[in-house]
Formats: sequence, structure tokens, C-alpha cells
Amino acid sequence: MAGATQHDTLWQRITIAVPYLWLLVFFLLPFAIILKISLADPIIAQPPFTPSFDQHGDLAITADNFLFLLTDKLYAVTYLKSVLLAAAATILSLALGFPIAYGIARSSPATRSLLLLLIILPFWISFLLRVYAWMGLLNNHGVINNSLLWLGLIDQPIQMMYTDFAVFIGLTYSYLPFLVLPVYATLERMDEDLVEAALDLGASRTRAFWDITWPLARPGVIAGCLLVFIPAMGEYVIPYLLGGPDALLIGRVLFDEFYVNRDWPLASAVAVMLLLLLVVPIVFLQRSQTRETGAA
Amino acid sequence: MTDTANPLIRIAGLSKSFGDFVAVDDIHLDIGRSELFSILGGSGCGKSTLLRMLAGFETPSAGKVEIDGIDVTHLPPYERPVNMMFQSYAVFPHMNVEKNIAYGLRKDRVGKHEIARRVDDMLELVQLGDFRQRKTDQLSGGQLQRVALARALIKRPKVLLLDEPLAALDKKLRERTQFELMNIQDELGITFVVVTHDQEEAMTLSSRIAVMNEGRFLQVGEPKEIYEYPCNRFVANFIGTINTFEGTVASVDPDGISIQCEELGSTLRAVGDYAVAVGQAVGVAVRPEKIFISRSEPEDLYDARLRGIVDDQGYLGNLSLYRVRLESGKMIQVSSQNRRRSSKRFVEWDDEIWISWQPLSAVVLVD
Repeated sequence: MAGATQHDTLWQRITIAVPYLWLLVFFLLPFAIILKISLADPIIAQPPFTPSFDQHGDLAITADNFLFLLTDKLYAVTYLKSVLLAAAATILSLALGFPIAYGIARSSPATRSLLLLLIILPFWISFLLRVYAWMGLLNNHGVINNSLLWLGLIDQPIQMMYTDFAVFIGLTYSYLPFLVLPVYATLERMDEDLVEAALDLGASRTRAFWDITWPLARPGVIAGCLLVFIPAMGEYVIPYLLGGPDALLIGRVLFDEFYVNRDWPLASAVAVMLLLLLVVPIVFLQRSQTRETGAA
Repeated sequence: MTDTANPLIRIAGLSKSFGDFVAVDDIHLDIGRSELFSILGGSGCGKSTLLRMLAGFETPSAGKVEIDGIDVTHLPPYERPVNMMFQSYAVFPHMNVEKNIAYGLRKDRVGKHEIARRVDDMLELVQLGDFRQRKTDQLSGGQLQRVALARALIKRPKVLLLDEPLAALDKKLRERTQFELMNIQDELGITFVVVTHDQEEAMTLSSRIAVMNEGRFLQVGEPKEIYEYPCNRFVANFIGTINTFEGTVASVDPDGISIQCEELGSTLRAVGDYAVAVGQAVGVAVRPEKIFISRSEPEDLYDARLRGIVDDQGYLGNLSLYRVRLESGKMIQVSSQNRRRSSKRFVEWDDEIWISWQPLSAVVLVD
């Protein structure tokens, strides 16, 4: 018996070790390299940054890149704009996605799998293609403007393409399924008797929703919001294709620093800042959540 | 027990269909004040739908429900003087015991002090005083059940609906909880309407039982009435175990009737006033505990006397069960109290024995 348990724990350790090893090699190690580059100076050489140790073996790192990020207003504005756009896309995704998830979770099992399939269906078409399709919709001579013109609701096309609005719509559209699925999963698991019990005890339908459904769906809502917010923050393709030339979002700045300006150290500093901006609030959120569920 | 002139609940012609399926079919029922009424039936018999219509979760297709003289047929659940204890208990997992119990009063905007006082009373009633701050995932099944009960009772409803209240508990706890429920009901004087598939639960708990099948009530009466005088085959078979013989009415006299029973090759007597005609096909039913088993031929005192051999027997401690094969090949179940302490069996397998019963014990089943 003891042998079997030991065997089990060994296997347990191996199964746990594999994903951690994966993260170590493909996330932590590259991140360490990025961090190292962010603390170097750019030079015209191969690789295009100064080594961390000079010829005497002394540490030769600099915080110049980070200081530059903090002093140049462009970056602060870009970060802020990225946060705002990602937050707006998250909120709209939640407003659209929660009712969708609720509807699917409360439908009959047969319809449920069909509806879920429809949510996942867009993933079978290339992401790039789907973003291009939005260009066809939002264009000055696109489907939306042409329809509005034909209906006589407007005299001249509304400029939607190459604006922040287009980016906002593109982000919401692309990441909506990532919100619907986790919210659906929590709602589907929820016992409907709980809502009926609340109604029975004197709560109206609206009250029962806020007292019971919403707090119980919160883990799914938080997971879904993060799954929308995080990739939306660093998104490069959507702002590049749908946004205007001034639609400077952090993903695009990052790309430009790396590939256009070839300033690897500054680009790395941008990446590190982005990560800190995302990780710190999430850690706080998680801490407060575990404290809440762990208490009493 | 039932105040027929002034019932608390009056159900009149209540029906509910889902598409072509009729779940509840034209139910009429009066339930009196302080009654502990059980609706007993198998799964899919419509008993849960009926309960949900009383709670306000289903809208009836026809008929109406009155509670204390007020028509509540179309009132939403939160406006009815009724509370429900769910089969799953539906204890809110994100609230502690105290918050769960106080929920109903908070929705009614009752004052803080009043809530605190009444929660205290409820915690005492269900003996959960030490658990008020507990999260629900730290409670046992029995404790969850009591939280659900306290939460449903705190608003002092006129009617408490209980959906399979004991089904999720183990046997020992079930027996204890049964008596607790009865005590609480007695103490508070609230009318309980219980839905259950467990006939034993219904028998011990209830002042009256309705046996339900395919959306209709087959018989409504006190537990004893339902058990001793089942009105038809379904009720007879559903409640407890029963042996049934098929036959035709041979004669009717003021004391009872005689039934010619082909499968036994003999005539059976049944005492009682039955509305049957000579020649009519009927069933004669006898409960296993009403049948005596003996080694020698019983005296003439007993009308029904049949020979058979012991096919199988089981010792249950307080009872012994026998399966007896009659000469005709028919199998009969007999149970008898083990009154005497003995390590020896009363009869052995394949022993030839006699079985007998009093004519008073036989029930005639017309349909």
C-alpha cells in the first residue's frame, strides 16, 4: 500500500512538473532575457544591445530605458489609451457576453450544444480574415455606411474605419467568445433551485439575479474579463489593421520599437512595463478573492 | 382534523400540461389548518409539478389555488404566504448559516433587531446555534437540511412546502429528522405539504396522504385508511407489499362477499360493504403480515386456508419473511413477528405448511 502511494505521489509530481518546466523554459527564461535586454543600451551591432557585463567583468546595466518610458509622455499616453480601450472592450464584451452565456446555460441540452458550437465556430476561420471582414463592414463604402446611405439616414459616410471606434469594435468582436465560455461554464453548473429559493423567500426576479446569480457567476466573470482584457491590452493586429496611423496602442509601439527602430532595449522595457501593468493588478485581485473565499 | 368549511388551502380543478403531456390532471383538494399533508407517488406522477404550482413556480393550465381564502393562482412566488424547502436544500453557497436564514426577512425589509431576534429563535429551533457563522461547505447533509428548514420557516408562512425533505439523508438520520419535523410542525402549527416517493416517510409523517399517479389523485385519506383500505390495485401495490388473487364475485350478502377464485380452486370471503355484482371480476388482496403460517391445518375459525410449501425464507431480526408456493403454483408473501427468542427456525425450506387469514383482512379491489 505504502509503495502504491509513493508511486502515486511520484506520478503526481511528474504531472505537475511538466507544465512548470514548460513555463520555466518557454516563459520565465525568455522573460529573463527580455529583462536583461531592457537593462542594456542600444548599439549598432549584432546583437543590437550592450552586454550586461563589461570587459572587466563588472555589472553594466542601466535603467535609462525605464526612465525614458516614464519621462516621455508618449508612452504614458499609449499605456493609458491601451488600458482604456481594452477596458472598454472588456465591458462591452461582458454586457453582450453575459446574457449570451446565460441564455445558452438555460436552454435545453440539445440547443445548448448547437449554440456553443456557434460561439466557437468563428475560430475555424483565420483571425486575420475575420479582422479584414470588419474592414469591409466599417469602410466608408462598406456594408454599414452603404446601408445607412441607402436608407437615407445619413448624407455622407461616417468615418468609422481607422478610428479608435473600429479598434474597440474589433477587439470586442474578437475576444467575446473568451468571455462567453467561462461565464457559461459557471452558470451551467449553478443550481437553478437557488434562484427559485430566493424568489420563494421574497426576492423579485431582478433582486434574485443580483443576490444569487451574479455573485455565484463571479469567478467565471472574472476569468472571462481577464481573458478579454489581457490579450486586448497587447493586441497588435487589430489596431494595425483597423486603427488609424495615430492609433498608438502599446502592442504597436512594441512592434515598432523592435522592428522599425531596432531599439531592442527600449522595446524590451516596454514589454516589461506591459507585463507589470497586467500582472500586478491581477495578483491583487486574486489575493483579495482567496481572502474572501478563505474567510470564515 | 380537517375543517371542511374553512380549509387553509383549496385546490379546485387544477391542471398543468406541458405540450401534449398532462402532468397534473384536474386535481381537487382541501387541506386544513395545521395539517401535515403528504402527496405520495412515483417519479413523473405529477407531484412535484403540483407542489411547484402551490409555490408559484409553475402557472396552472387550468383551475385555481386559494390560500386562506385568497386566490393565489397567478401570484408570483414572492407574493405568496408560502415557503418551500427544496429537495436539493438550495442553501446559498456564498452566504453563511446566519445570512441564509435571515435572507427572507431581509427581502421583506424587516428591522435589524427583529431579524437578529428571529434568527436566534430559528437557530435554537433547529439546534444550529453553534453554527451561525459557518460557511455552507462546512456543514453535513443533516445540518444543511436544517438550515433550509429554518430559512423557510423564518417568514412564518401559512404553508410550508417540502419537496422530498428526507430523501438525501441516510436511514438513521432520516428517522430522527422525521420526528423532529413532526415536532416542529406541532410546535409552530404551520400547515406542511410534503411531496415524497417514500411511502414509509409519508406513513409516519402525515395526518393525511394523497396517492398520486399519472397526474391524478387515486386515494386521499389517513395513513391507516390508505394502508388497510386501498381503493384500487395501484394504491394497494404502491403502499407496502400485498398478495393479490383474481376471481369473480360468487355471492353478495349483508356481511360481505364470496369470491370464486380460479387460480386457488377455492372460494374466498371478504367482510365489508362493497358495491359489486355477482359475476363481476375482482381482486382479493391480503397483506403479508395478516397471513398466519402454521404446521398443522388451522381450525375452522379462519375462512381462508391454503396448503403450500416454504419456497424461501428470510430472517430480518424483528420479522421473518416467507415466500410460500401454493398448490396452484402461485407465490405468496407472508411475514411474521419473531416474538419468541430462539436460534432455531420455525420452518425449514420445502416444509409443507398451511397459511390462513381472517375474512376481515381481505380487501376487495374492483379496479
